[in-house]
Amino acid sequence: MISRLITLFSLFAFSTLPNAAEWRGTGDLGLVVERADGSLQVIETTGNTLLGRIEGLGDLSHASAVFSRDERFAYLFGRDGGLTKVDILQQAVVARVVQSGNSIGGAISQDGRLVAVSNYEPGGVRIFDAESLEMVADIPASYGDGKQSKVVGLVDAPGNRFIFSLWDAGEIWVVDMSDPAKPAVRKFRDIGRQPYDALITPDGRYYIAGLYGEDGLALLDLWNPDEGVRRILADYGKGEQRLPVYKMPHLEGWALAGKRLFIPAVGRHQVLVVDTDDWREVGRLDVHGQPVFVMARPDGRQVWVNFAFPNNDTLQVIDTQSLAPVATLKPGKGVLHMEFEPRGEEVWVSVRDIDRLQVYDTDSFARLAEWPVLKPSGIFLTARAHQIGL
Amino acid sequence: MRHPVLTAASLLLLSHSLSAAGISESRRAELLGLLKHDCGSCHGLSLKGGLGPPLTPAKLQGKPVEFITATILYGRAGTPMPPWRPFLSDGEAAWLAGRIKEGVQ
Repeated sequence: MISRLITLFSLFAFSTLPNAAEWRGTGDLGLVVERADGSLQVIETTGNTLLGRIEGLGDLSHASAVFSRDERFAYLFGRDGGLTKVDILQQAVVARVVQSGNSIGGAISQDGRLVAVSNYEPGGVRIFDAESLEMVADIPASYGDGKQSKVVGLVDAPGNRFIFSLWDAGEIWVVDMSDPAKPAVRKFRDIGRQPYDALITPDGRYYIAGLYGEDGLALLDLWNPDEGVRRILADYGKGEQRLPVYKMPHLEGWALAGKRLFIPAVGRHQVLVVDTDDWREVGRLDVHGQPVFVMARPDGRQVWVNFAFPNNDTLQVIDTQSLAPVATLKPGKGVLHMEFEPRGEEVWVSVRDIDRLQVYDTDSFARLAEWPVLKPSGIFLTARAHQIGL
Repeated sequence: MRHPVLTAASLLLLSHSLSAAGISESRRAELLGLLKHDCGSCHGLSLKGGLGPPLTPAKLQGKPVEFITATILYGRAGTPMPPWRPFLSDGEAAWLAGRIKEGVQ
């Protein structure tokens, strides 16, 4: 039966686009955002090739993606408020809504049925049916006297919850979507000034928001929410002058090696090391510039760091055991993002200013491949589909 | 606090008129790239705003070029806006400010 199907199929094998009927899996696929052109490159990590391009996604500056649990569909969150669902196999846009004037990121629910988008304008979170992209819930981030806050650091959490931070209001909100018709919002106030981004641990237990407006981070233990939000690393950098920040750091992912968490210091050429048993600072690593992304290789043995303008031509690799830098790479001007393959042997790097997408071996640091890609930014592999908080 | 900014701005008024002539074609392209991508990381690729406010001509109506130039060069205290003075000459900042006010696409 199958061989007959294949024979039959081979008659159609000249179609220009790959077809889902080619019996291809999607576990080794991914997307690279071409931020200036509103397009995506579809990539493949088994042979390291570019498979094709998807166009028509609007303003993709600062765009990010989450994946359906079957790893066939991706949801792209664009700066212009666009939420776009693409079919990775068919390399096509299957649904698109412009749901706000200005948005910053999104998340997919634990059950895979809801997609949430965090918005700057109007500030708040909107939640959509993952199948149809119809709006299920609208949660304005209201605070004070009817003001609306920009929302950052939106992640999914166990219990079909979404968690996010309010930049202007200094709050963390937890939205329980167990009953999609009745979102239950719990607000944590006075968590610190200007949370700029957040992450959640891979077990879904701790939500941590970085603060721009003051030193330290805000920590919420989702297993014990009644204990409230507490400040960690509040003493970091007390009395020291910060450098001007030319690009906000990101807290995407979770740079965790053993019990140690690695996070970017704001306004300093340093990476902070935190012990996750007691949430105390156990080290500060001097690095090449102000860190933007600090990401652990999946095995936790290395941490890779990229930097803000004007030091954004460099990648540094830190050995998490010795806490010493083991490599300094110069991919080119505008290193914006890196994504490890799921088991960590290779890493994909986007270099915006020179329009290049590169792949490095994480052991030898050799550059294995390089392609011209238009102003590449975020790189997202389908393996994210099965990770809490991504 | 107001005086130094004003003084700086009035100096820039002079340099603004000279700027277009003084900046090479390739440097202008570089500056527009910086505006789009690096300023854009907070203000949006199309300058319609992000964590930072929108920089569209409509939003900047009533804000003199000199004010925008000074903001670029010296940043804005109490906000995340950093000073770009280490990377831009006064003339370059004034030229950028003019372009932003006109509307860049």
